Amino acid sequence: MSTARNGSLVPFLSGRSYWWYLLPGAALLTLIILVPLGWNIFLSFTDYRGIVAPRFTGLDNWIALAGDERFWLSFRNSVAMILAMVIAPTALGLVIAAALFDVVGRKFGGRLASFLRATYYLPQILPSVIAAIVIGWILRPENGALNTILEAVGLGQLAGNWLGSPDTALGSMMVVLVWIQIGYPVVIFMAALQRVDPELYEAAEIDGAGWFRRFAAITMPMIRPEMFVVALTCTIAALKVFGPVYALTGGGPNFATIVPSYYSYSQFFQSQQVGYGAAIATALTVVIMIVSVVFVWAQNRAEKKETER
Amino acid sequence: MSATTAIVTGSPERRNRKRRTVSDWIVLAGVIALAIVVVFPFLVILINAFKSPEDYATGGPLQLPASIYLDGIAAFWERVNFPEKLWNSFFISGVVAVLAVVVSVLNAYAIGIGRVRGRIPLILVFLLANMLPQEVLLYPLYTIFRSIGLYDSVWSVIITFVVIQSAFGTYLLASVFGTFPKEIIEAAALDGAGRWRTLWQVIVPVSRPTLGVLMVFFFIWTWNEFLIPLTFLISNANQTVPVAISVLQGDRLMDVTTTSASALLGLLPTLIFFLIFQRTLSRGITAGAVK
Repeated sequence: MSTARNGSLVPFLSGRSYWWYLLPGAALLTLIILVPLGWNIFLSFTDYRGIVAPRFTGLDNWIALAGDERFWLSFRNSVAMILAMVIAPTALGLVIAAALFDVVGRKFGGRLASFLRATYYLPQILPSVIAAIVIGWILRPENGALNTILEAVGLGQLAGNWLGSPDTALGSMMVVLVWIQIGYPVVIFMAALQRVDPELYEAAEIDGAGWFRRFAAITMPMIRPEMFVVALTCTIAALKVFGPVYALTGGGPNFATIVPSYYSYSQFFQSQQVGYGAAIATALTVVIMIVSVVFVWAQNRAEKKETER
Repeated sequence: MSATTAIVTGSPERRNRKRRTVSDWIVLAGVIALAIVVVFPFLVILINAFKSPEDYATGGPLQLPASIYLDGIAAFWERVNFPEKLWNSFFISGVVAVLAVVVSVLNAYAIGIGRVRGRIPLILVFLLANMLPQEVLLYPLYTIFRSIGLYDSVWSVIITFVVIQSAFGTYLLASVFGTFPKEIIEAAALDGAGRWRTLWQVIVPVSRPTLGVLMVFFFIWTWNEFLIPLTFLISNANQTVPVAISVLQGDRLMDVTTTSASALLGLLPTLIFFLIFQRTLSRGITAGAVK
């Protein structure tokens, strides 16, 4: 930690006045992130309607939160979002990336593989609200594309109000999210696969290992760092998801698709329960912190195990 | 973290393009079928944006348009004053991209090359800033911007995203700069360049490819942002493209094909960016993942 450690030929390189360069960044960070964050935590202990000054109420909001069925529902829906934005895309992405890399890339040419990769990535480039609107349009109840297709193939009785009925709204939302998310793991995993030494593969092939064995024994361990990164970033994104819920269902019908971020937003600006909304937002932040710490810890442990072997 | 700059390019072409077995063809058919499922929604939006509502009512959503009908697109274009929204999005994203890169460079210079004390906790704070759910900043920022008269001004959004994007940029660039060859910096110093000149005339030019990737990413990420623009830009004249389009969904005056046209107009700009920046993006996405 001492400055002597990076003792350099030139005296100024180990000096202290680099601090000046941090000044604008640190000032902005304090003003736009740290102060609002602290303020929001403070608001979570108050009763505040946005007009009269906040009144300190201790743990009232938090106690109310603990007994709020809707709050717990919003986090249960977050689990569904994780399923749709992390688990399904990671699993599917792994299969697609392996197929594109191993089979399409090798046997049919890298160009075709790159083209298909770009195709899968397409929904990722859109603003998530716009992506949601695209799918929402297809799912619309009167003469929507999906219902029309179902009728055309004789499955008309399955047609429904996909986003408007409480039974199917959450499932439809999940499909939207899988579609949005799938390209990300495909791109990351394909890049990761390029690191795997092909000779390792060829050796295993000569030893008679089938594709699946090679995949499990060579590929998976090699691309584990990327899997951690994808899982962590997507889990955070899934916990934060807001745009698609806003654009498609507004948390409805009857709160079937409510998520924490939308719940706090609606408390802030629709119910004017700022203190309560602040408590929800703070709780979400705490969950995200815990998830990140657990991920990083698990990753370090996995790495350690790897080097011990 | 040293591999942050690892850039993966090129195609996975190998020589063994040998015998294609039946199972290879099945796999190919599978991935193509899935790719069609992925692009299908784009195609449906595209064909229906050019239909009249009557055409839609008779032919349904899957027929090609009987004749090219541009009124839906034109109506929506006029209604939201689309050029104005495009300009707002461009202005906000462009200014954020440039300023956020400048702030990231300054921070990363102090952390990665200056190796200031306490840099590890500092990096964690920057990382935290990028990870936070924006809801946690929303009400305090709303109050701050109201009190200083920036509420409903594009500058409120610009300032906020300069900070959020540069938090990520600082984290990434700090580790890139951390591996910057010391000899070059020392040579510059021996030539009598001060720190300020070393930064702008040596380090920034050498790191230009990375800074370019960051700038493109900041631009697109900011373009795609929703919650904060939605909250802070309430008047029509200040809205961004995604906000303007989403707030009109479900409006009584939006008939079915106009809604489709609105989705098309919403996705076109990012599609164009994707085509322009395809290479940069695919390099950046993969570089960002490898810590």
